[in-house]
Amino acid sequence: MAPWAFAKEAAPAAADPALEQRVMTLASELRCLVCQNQTLADSNAPLAEDLRNQVREKMRQGASDSEIVDYMVARYGDFVLYRPPLKLTTALLWFGPLLLLAGGFVVMLRRVLQRRPAQDFEVTASEHKRAAELLAGNEAERR
Amino acid sequence: MNRFILPLAIFAALVALLGAGLTLNPREVPSPLIGKPAPHFELPQLHEGTKTFTEKDMLGKVWVLNVWASWCVSCREEHPVLLDLAASGAVPLYGLNYKDKREDGLAWLKGMGDPYRLSIYDFDGKVGIDYGVYGVPETYVIDKLGVIRYKRIGPLTPEIVKDKVLPLVQELGRA
Repeated sequence: MAPWAFAKEAAPAAADPALEQRVMTLASELRCLVCQNQTLADSNAPLAEDLRNQVREKMRQGASDSEIVDYMVARYGDFVLYRPPLKLTTALLWFGPLLLLAGGFVVMLRRVLQRRPAQDFEVTASEHKRAAELLAGNEAERR
Repeated sequence: MNRFILPLAIFAALVALLGAGLTLNPREVPSPLIGKPAPHFELPQLHEGTKTFTEKDMLGKVWVLNVWASWCVSCREEHPVLLDLAASGAVPLYGLNYKDKREDGLAWLKGMGDPYRLSIYDFDGKVGIDYGVYGVPETYVIDKLGVIRYKRIGPLTPEIVKDKVLPLVQELGRA
């Protein structure tokens, strides 16, 4: 489906290094829609290039980073964000690992508590005697 | 026996969850534009570059906007479906020729048939960005108030047209 599947490394356009730095910093927080495991900064897909140009243009016009992020989210959804916002739909994403950790703790705790303590038991005099005999290696006494 | 039930249930749930995940298409990003007004554009037409077309021209009508390009491989696969949809007369179909060369776009329509009432020409892809286009072809159903009601990422198939697009168009047409 993506005719631009063969993405190259992105080449920085070095007209204004400070602006370019800002573009790339923000672009590295945004996901490329075409090569989904790359950031906009890393990807050289034509759409990523267009979107970087769009980011650059907006910055030249004086837009703040958060305005540009909003602009992207309005078009492509939270999916473009590498740091998803905390919402009801993303709660599992944020708290899932914690839940798993807590679950692990519960299981561990139950196991530890269920473990029976080593029992004290009375040792009778005859048992003592037999133990001493065994330790002495008196094979003949056996049985 | 009892102590195996819980791990087995957890395992089964995990398999079900991951199995469901396998059937989803990670390329289909839910569009935030559903239920929002179609972004404004005013673009030259593909055939007559001096005339423009805007989404406002379609207010009061249910219509379908299909994003296509001559360089797009899946569009070739989709094209017969669009020709059928246009021939059925069920809904006006407009094209958005995305990041294409004008002569290539025109040659494509000439060679394969033109399903569109007209196509607009988005040379630099800016309108595409406003519509959240990232994988041509994409298709939008827009209602009488100019609100996007449905978006398909990837080629339309006869099944999608029959099960999703046409019922929605009918429903919106009654509203």
